Amino acid sequence: MSVLTPLDRPNSYIGRSVPRPNAKRLLAGRGRYVTDITLPRMLHVAYVRSPYAHARIVSIDATTAREMPGVRLVATGEDLAKLCAPWIGTMDHFKGMKSPPQLPLPIDKVVWSGQAVVAVVADTRALAEDAAEAVYIEFDELPAVVDIDAARAPDAPVISPELGSNLCFHGKIDTGGVEDVFAGAAHVVEEEFHFGRHTAVTMEPRAIIADYDASEGQLTVHHATQTPYQFQDIYARHYGLPESRVRVIAPDIGGSFGMKLHMYHEDMAVVGLSMMLGRPVKYVADRIESFVSDIHARDHRVRARMAADAEGNILAMDVEDVTGIGAFSAYPRTSVVEGNQVYRLMGAPYTFRNYRADLQVVFQNKVQMSQYRAVGHPVACTVTERLVDMIADKTAQDVFDIRSRNLIPDDAYPCTSPTGYQFEALSHHACLAKLKAMMDYDRLRAEQAELRTKGIHRGIGIATFVEITNPGPAFYGVGGARISSQDGAIIKITPSGDVHCSISVTELGQGTETIIGQIVAEHLGVDSNRIKVMTGDTDTTPHGGATYACRGAGIGGETALQAAKKLKANVLAVAAAILQDEPEKLDIHSGWIVDVATAQQRIELSEIARIAYFRSDTLPPGTQAQLSVAHHYAPQGYPFAFTNGVQACHLELDVETGLVKILKLWVVEDCGRVINPLLVDEQIRGGVVQGLGAAFFEECVYGDSGQLTNGSLADYLVPMAVEMPDIEIGHVETPTLDTQLGAKGVGEAGTAAASAAALNAMNDAMKPFGRTVAQVPMTPARILKALGHI
Amino acid sequence: MKARAFNYVKASTVVEALKAFEDAQDDASYIAGGQSLVPTLALRLQAPQLLIDIAHIPVLRGVDLQGDWLRIGALTRHHEVLTDPLIRQHAPLYSEAAPHVAHPAIRNKGTLGGSISHADPASEFPAMTLALGAELEIASRDGVRRVPADDFFLDLFQTAIEPGELLVAIHVPVVRPGHRWAFHELARRRGDFALVGCGILAEFVDDVVKQVRIAFFSVGSTPLRARQAEEALIGKKLDQAVIAAAQAVVGDDLDPPEDEHTPPAMKRHLARVLLGRLLGEIARQGA
Repeated sequence: MSVLTPLDRPNSYIGRSVPRPNAKRLLAGRGRYVTDITLPRMLHVAYVRSPYAHARIVSIDATTAREMPGVRLVATGEDLAKLCAPWIGTMDHFKGMKSPPQLPLPIDKVVWSGQAVVAVVADTRALAEDAAEAVYIEFDELPAVVDIDAARAPDAPVISPELGSNLCFHGKIDTGGVEDVFAGAAHVVEEEFHFGRHTAVTMEPRAIIADYDASEGQLTVHHATQTPYQFQDIYARHYGLPESRVRVIAPDIGGSFGMKLHMYHEDMAVVGLSMMLGRPVKYVADRIESFVSDIHARDHRVRARMAADAEGNILAMDVEDVTGIGAFSAYPRTSVVEGNQVYRLMGAPYTFRNYRADLQVVFQNKVQMSQYRAVGHPVACTVTERLVDMIADKTAQDVFDIRSRNLIPDDAYPCTSPTGYQFEALSHHACLAKLKAMMDYDRLRAEQAELRTKGIHRGIGIATFVEITNPGPAFYGVGGARISSQDGAIIKITPSGDVHCSISVTELGQGTETIIGQIVAEHLGVDSNRIKVMTGDTDTTPHGGATYACRGAGIGGETALQAAKKLKANVLAVAAAILQDEPEKLDIHSGWIVDVATAQQRIELSEIARIAYFRSDTLPPGTQAQLSVAHHYAPQGYPFAFTNGVQACHLELDVETGLVKILKLWVVEDCGRVINPLLVDEQIRGGVVQGLGAAFFEECVYGDSGQLTNGSLADYLVPMAVEMPDIEIGHVETPTLDTQLGAKGVGEAGTAAASAAALNAMNDAMKPFGRTVAQVPMTPARILKALGHI
Repeated sequence: MKARAFNYVKASTVVEALKAFEDAQDDASYIAGGQSLVPTLALRLQAPQLLIDIAHIPVLRGVDLQGDWLRIGALTRHHEVLTDPLIRQHAPLYSEAAPHVAHPAIRNKGTLGGSISHADPASEFPAMTLALGAELEIASRDGVRRVPADDFFLDLFQTAIEPGELLVAIHVPVVRPGHRWAFHELARRRGDFALVGCGILAEFVDDVVKQVRIAFFSVGSTPLRARQAEEALIGKKLDQAVIAAAQAVVGDDLDPPEDEHTPPAMKRHLARVLLGRLLGEIARQGA
């Protein structure tokens, strides 16, 4: 007797750990990244960058540089401004938000150290760099605005005088009643948190080749990006080209994490340089350039307090967040989204109803800060979860018990958060219970107590979280940003019965093409090895949102599912005509048309395709086989598909040195329907590692004059394998009912709560000393300071 | 970034290398493993006209026991330092430090001579050269000379090697019965330059410290001997009070630069902790 599982159904690909078909190719060194692409007559650009954080450009002398060997063009901000319309990184739904216009290269002033000022195009990158050294720029240094408080001081230098102040956006949320609740609360805890800047450090840096062919007026851009359609739109509009004459191709991408979906000045300049020269121009950021020009993330100071009654029931939160975003808001998604998600996600897992928050987004003379994996989430999660632990301390409760008491009950959905987020169905309590069992919590606590008597100090911290995924048009579209929340797919059956799917969600190494293949295989009814999935080319795929905000599986996957079903109906219609049967009585299993009732094989899909393409004369009159379909899907139910989960961190603190050994990390996560457990778990692990990077290692440190002082991989510490713990993952599955697929996003879950769990674990380890930390990264210096050693 | 254009010559003897340097009128660099030099070229922090490849000069290779001294060729790779049985037996502080030197890919290329002549104050091998009391064999157009480690490290990235001279070999007095040693470093990530690191070589007679060399790295502009801490140990048995006495003075032996990431007070604190742990380990070795 055999025991059947859901995976024993026909065509069962959803729910299976299918390995990534492209992994072997990449491992074999056959990846084709932008850096690998060499076009005929291609030139290379190097940029002369500002050494000052804030300065007036007095003069530019490129006379010598223009005469250097191999130099084809030296271009300034004025040259490119003649071709490129300026851009402004604001969205309408952030009321009162402002940001100055930006150009590819600046004309009269620089606003951060490392800003590209002059482009030197030459036959090789080395020759371009030789000539760049011979460009002389005279600067008149201005006082730099570095600190977030200094930026808002009444006498602060205003970076963009036309805006009147250094305030980009001021937002407030107030449910009312907060003052009264705090006044009457049995317990009030408060803390000031600091979240350092960090950055993506993708293995492949930013890279772009712009190839303008004046004979056809055709611009082709090979671009290491996760959002090719967005850049097609931007290049067409800002350079005045018809959209049909702009093709953006995103080939293999070596990681993105949100970093490669913003408009960068160097990239925009490359397009103009190619138009000026009529030749392909390549720009690949080196690591030093990445540190000073890729977006940075976070940079928040949060003052927050939480009120609870005598039993530890949370009653209210009151939050003030100030975040520094650089000298302007990023384009086209704006740099307010991060702060917006910080102050809207605060307290999201909990039942309390009284909430007040103040968000100030300020300009400063630093590189732009904008969306990076888990936008805003780690900040909201860390603040909330630390305050929850402080309430637990005040009321002498265990960290699991305080959460059980306050988390939204699993049967209370649908419901909304105090900030208006609508939750379809979350599973906090199921996740919490699963985590506690997985980590053998009681044993760990007993071990901790015993080890403390021996001078070994371990800490256990947990953090619950809510993640925003599957965003609808409320995210960007309503704000006026031309960023799609829908996706499109074209699926066709080849004459041999193979399947070709081109889809607008993109592959960055995370496995999008794999899961799309699984979904098509399951819902069309063919073997997945007969499916080829194509992504990342605006000429050959339908327009769509591509990959951001954990939408690939939920929205792209649903698009593929619906397209596959549509195509299946077309196939069955032809099959019914050939078999003289009714389509409803037929199905497709593993490339065979079968009887629904008996699963008996009737005719092979390849035979249908052969007849349709080569012997259409044998089909009944009036039968036109439609073996290609195009289909679009836009989310229409809840504005977002929220996911949830809980993480736990176990660490050992060397209380003499401030060094930390991260012993283990557990995650229980609910992303709805799991399409590919292997990829889901690795998404979570990768996300956790980035969260632990933020917690312990990664920080872009600026000096007083606005210089980045650690802009190299020798000085900026990324998390590495030796320091990373085993990461054990469990799942609870609450599929969204908004889609047939039921999948929500998962790419940011790991990052969302890892630093919060780590901070709570650190404070737990320090508890015997009565010391605390509220700043990430938790460097040895900060820990030693907290412990009173220095 | 890309390096500026340079010429390249492969030397097959020390004399050939020295002559090439002289002919280039000092606008040259020797290259062996290139693990420190190549990044500085790529960053255009250095742009010599000529690179003289010394990696194929036979006399710079090999590890030999010569009486009471172990001769380690300057070209000995970090990986070889890690695995060589003669080094393990006779100059064990190098072996113990080696796993902490960067990562396998770098250890496969980087050379002991390169590390010592580069003299990064945060590097393990220069400090262990001090701790071991090694002597550095330096070749010039005038011949060969030997410089004791104590006189070798002069300032930040500056050694007794004059422009054009070449480090040929490291001569280490072999450890003997009665010697004890310990190495450890505190680093935020394995393989990084340490926050603070230390190697100690001590000679005991009847559990009493007869001689000791304590060398710290990452605490000044050169690797540093902790002379006052050493003084506090000489003639003493390593009990808790003696260790505490050494810890009390070691801060004054060090000269950490101002650094907002690891301020001097933190370096001194960590050095005290590290010294205590290493001396405790050495004390236990006698038990």
